[in-house]
Amino acid sequence: MTDLSAAELLALLSRGETTAEAVTAAYLDAIRRREPLVRAFLSVDEAGALEQARSLDARRKKGEPLGPLAGVPVAVKDNLCTQGQRTTCASRILANFVPPYDAHVVTRLRQADAVLIGKTNLDEFAMGSSTENSAFQVTRNPWDRERIPGGSSGGSAAAVAAGLVPLALGSDTGGSVRQPAGLCGVVGLKPTYGRVSRWGLIAFGSSLDQVGTLSRDVADAALLLEVIAGHDPRDSTSVDQPVPAYRQTLEQPVAPLTVGVAREHFGEGLDPEVERAVREAIRVLQGLGATVREVSLPHSPFAVAAYYVVATAEASSNLARYDGVHYGRRAKDYDGLIDLYQKSRGEGFGKEVQRRVMLGTYALSSGYKDAYYLKAMQVRRLIKDDFDRAFAGCDVIAGPTSPTAAFRVGERSADPLAMYLSDVYTIGCNLAGLCGVSVPCGFTKAGLPVGLQLLAPPFAEDKLLRVARMHERATDWHRRRPAL
Amino acid sequence: MSLTPEQVRWVAHLARLELDDAEVQEMARQLSRVVEYVDQLGRVNTDGVEPLAHPLPVHNVFRADEPAPCLPVDAVLANAPDRQGDFYGVPAVLD
Repeated sequence: MTDLSAAELLALLSRGETTAEAVTAAYLDAIRRREPLVRAFLSVDEAGALEQARSLDARRKKGEPLGPLAGVPVAVKDNLCTQGQRTTCASRILANFVPPYDAHVVTRLRQADAVLIGKTNLDEFAMGSSTENSAFQVTRNPWDRERIPGGSSGGSAAAVAAGLVPLALGSDTGGSVRQPAGLCGVVGLKPTYGRVSRWGLIAFGSSLDQVGTLSRDVADAALLLEVIAGHDPRDSTSVDQPVPAYRQTLEQPVAPLTVGVAREHFGEGLDPEVERAVREAIRVLQGLGATVREVSLPHSPFAVAAYYVVATAEASSNLARYDGVHYGRRAKDYDGLIDLYQKSRGEGFGKEVQRRVMLGTYALSSGYKDAYYLKAMQVRRLIKDDFDRAFAGCDVIAGPTSPTAAFRVGERSADPLAMYLSDVYTIGCNLAGLCGVSVPCGFTKAGLPVGLQLLAPPFAEDKLLRVARMHERATDWHRRRPAL
Repeated sequence: MSLTPEQVRWVAHLARLELDDAEVQEMARQLSRVVEYVDQLGRVNTDGVEPLAHPLPVHNVFRADEPAPCLPVDAVLANAPDRQGDFYGVPAVLD
């Protein structure tokens, strides 16, 4: 049962061939057996999940109408607030934080009758590309437990890949859904900025953050997106546009389809095995009738630099709220208010969070703001203009999700810059506010998954998912499972 | 451009982060590498380019100014490290 997709589970449930309780129990059993190997979860709500499943079964028996995810277990990244359940952001400073409200997307999951099974590990405050920056545990890649699952939504990606849950939510500020999806061999969708409400998503870079989905296949991504997308007046950047029925159009191939390929996505640092798998995926689309044309993204080599100014500047401001006064950890011994702030934050934040708060504070500080923050916002405009021009001549842009397959635990921990460069292909999408998806497109000789990234213009999720589905139908990479 | 330990101490003060001497040295080394990388932005000609602060063309969003229920005080203060009545406790700010 834990090999099935959410859509397959829903079919079994609606035909009465299984119950929500049986499905939930099967996943809880998988978690008991495999979670010690993967360590994807920060908390598992066994009793709550079973109780929710039983009450759903009772409602189904009475013939009550049920939501679109009725009986499907879903895991939620631990930077999304869950009322009454600890939400830690994998940070010591929030180790005991119990939100008094649900994130908008969590409310949507509850309304859809999903079974909320637990909270997944992440890089502290979603800052990282390996999930090693969690203050609590290192999550392992289910395909090779000596390797990282990617990040920052590494817990969500690993949980889906390991069959601990069929669906999970993550968040993507610079690639944090797509990169771990690619490295774990699952589907990771980052919706357009504004497509999904950020209410209750603990803020990192507010002009970049977006909630995304992790699933085994594209149809499940479409299903979960339908549940979480749409306007929410509590997030003034959530856009008031109707949510298309993505699943209804999913099986319609895009024809004519023009696939853009950017030379800049196949540059220095790209692993030849990754390149081979991605080129093959592009040939698959060509074989389905797509025209492939070269597009130019001349400013993309500057995306990582612009991102690490913009994202850290926003983070330094967003994380000012962790002051040891309103909520979160307070240092024990301090001398006055400033010392209370400094000690609480010094003890409470891990090293990467401190580095980013420092970098952002520096980039915004008097005398440096124009050279860094203003300059980065100008380069951001040029990056967005590049994409606008490219999309005038193609429907989607295809390329690698990451330059390499999953790296070893500890390999890049001592070198923050090397870690930042693992996001080189995913960051542009956030800077420009596009939508993007990573789908499995092959394996390296060592048996590690490779991700194909597809990017589309803002609010073109329907087309993006249809193209992803065209590739998926012609391949079987998404059916492979790690041996655990 | 590289950051000196003195600059790191100043930025840490602005960011309200306590760093010990070893952390200051390590931070200076690591931030210098990142800042040197970021300095490549200087090579991009941005004359006359309007900064992009936000990917969406939304400018101002108004909502009706209507009273609505808010979270109960107890729920909000439940996470406070030092609750004093209906307030947050802090050390004296003024002598």
